[in-house]
Amino acid sequence: MAPVSIIGAGLSPFGRQPGVTGREMAVTAIQTALRDAGLEWGDVQVAFGGSDGAGLADTLVAELGLTGIPFTNVKNGCATGGSALVSAVNAIRSGQAEIALAVGFDKHPRGAFDPRPEDWGLGAGYGEAGLMVTTQFFGIKIARYMREYGISDQTLAAVAAKAYRNGVLNPNAWRREAISEEDILSADMVNDPLTRYMFCSPGEGGAAIIVASESAARRSGLRPVTLLSVAARTRQFGSFEVFSPAIQGTGAPTSVSAAAAAAAFEIAGVTPDQIDVAQLQDTESGAEVMHLAEAGFCKDGEQEDLIASGATEIAGSLPVNTDGGCIANGEPIGASGLRQVHEIVTQLRGEAGERQVPGNPRLGFTHVYGAPGVSACTVLGV
Amino acid sequence: MTELGSLALEGSRCAACGNVAFPSARGCQRCGGTMEPVTLGSRGTVWGFTIQRFAPKSPPYIPPADGFRPFAVGYVELPEGVKVEAILDCDDFAQLEDHASVVLVATEPVPRFAVDTAIDTEES
Repeated sequence: MAPVSIIGAGLSPFGRQPGVTGREMAVTAIQTALRDAGLEWGDVQVAFGGSDGAGLADTLVAELGLTGIPFTNVKNGCATGGSALVSAVNAIRSGQAEIALAVGFDKHPRGAFDPRPEDWGLGAGYGEAGLMVTTQFFGIKIARYMREYGISDQTLAAVAAKAYRNGVLNPNAWRREAISEEDILSADMVNDPLTRYMFCSPGEGGAAIIVASESAARRSGLRPVTLLSVAARTRQFGSFEVFSPAIQGTGAPTSVSAAAAAAAFEIAGVTPDQIDVAQLQDTESGAEVMHLAEAGFCKDGEQEDLIASGATEIAGSLPVNTDGGCIANGEPIGASGLRQVHEIVTQLRGEAGERQVPGNPRLGFTHVYGAPGVSACTVLGV
Repeated sequence: MTELGSLALEGSRCAACGNVAFPSARGCQRCGGTMEPVTLGSRGTVWGFTIQRFAPKSPPYIPPADGFRPFAVGYVELPEGVKVEAILDCDDFAQLEDHASVVLVATEPVPRFAVDTAIDTEES
């Protein structure tokens, strides 16, 4: 397949921004990405994007300029950014455009997500009984995983502490204060074994990525990062997801993250051990632990020693969530997937400042996962 | 109190591949075949669980008349192979470890299972 390059990446600030709408954050992210690429809005030939609850992406043209380009709304939960990127890449590959935009944004109210049972095909009784709580799924999944593979509470705390530490080094992060493992472990328990500080919070932010054909990337004269692959998947039979009245099938549940990651690696012709820096969905610290194995970076259970050894720290052998991940940046659903891509682009260009991975990283990986069983992964290289 | 023996969850079984679903479904998630009603076994083992430590948002949550207390929620693996999400009753959350045996004690508004010892305590 024809190579596609990322020639621009931009973020809005992440975290609470009173008085700023999600759409305004999206416009900020797009204008930042355009500046990064040395382009103007009029250069973008096709656009895809969306939010979970902050408005329609195609209305952003009112702020950007009415250039008449095709602009398709994407609404795909946590995979919104990834799905928009897949579409942008396909538009380049098909020859529809030479320069395409993917944008994701959101602005969620304070507190846990507040889904309605009927939107999920569930009876009202499900909510009345107290099961319409997203965090329960994460607690059940990691608690079982820890029993099965010998992962400790200390490891969960280490993952969260790393996220906050990396957030300190990231000027755009929401959470910019280090929290000790001790304080993380002794914080209020939300759903055992996960404490309050192990979870990300619904947040605010926008992220935009500009992709281009090889010839357009060459013309730009900038520092293109090659998008070696992007793969989005939905769950297969036997998966275990949030708000599941049952897990069907026998044996261990299937993983949509494993399927998307395997597809991304296969298309890229890259293996997980070649990756120099990775972004993994860390809805809570247990998710980062499990996704290390689901994405193929280690075997189940190896995370206990891997994380204790410092391998996933910025200076480690496999730095993970160098920008602080969802735990330090919050979770604006539509934006998170493209925030991850932005961070890898920044790292591969060597422009990550205090949080720069040493040794000129050449290959990066991103993984986003969310309800109701969607995942999108990318492999990026320079 | 309802007779425990008379309680059962109604699910569905695929006529083509035998896959079991709960709640009952029209189409099979494994093969797309047509499903038929099936009554599920009322005993199983705890597959995984967590504890709901804070009161969920009301609405939709309706707390007990005597106020919220932390409760266990998880999945019970039934003899049919399907794992059913349920509220789990016990005297001590540690009783739910090690694939604890549980029995169905309520079907509405969601399935509720209790560890065998918790039932013994109630009945004695």
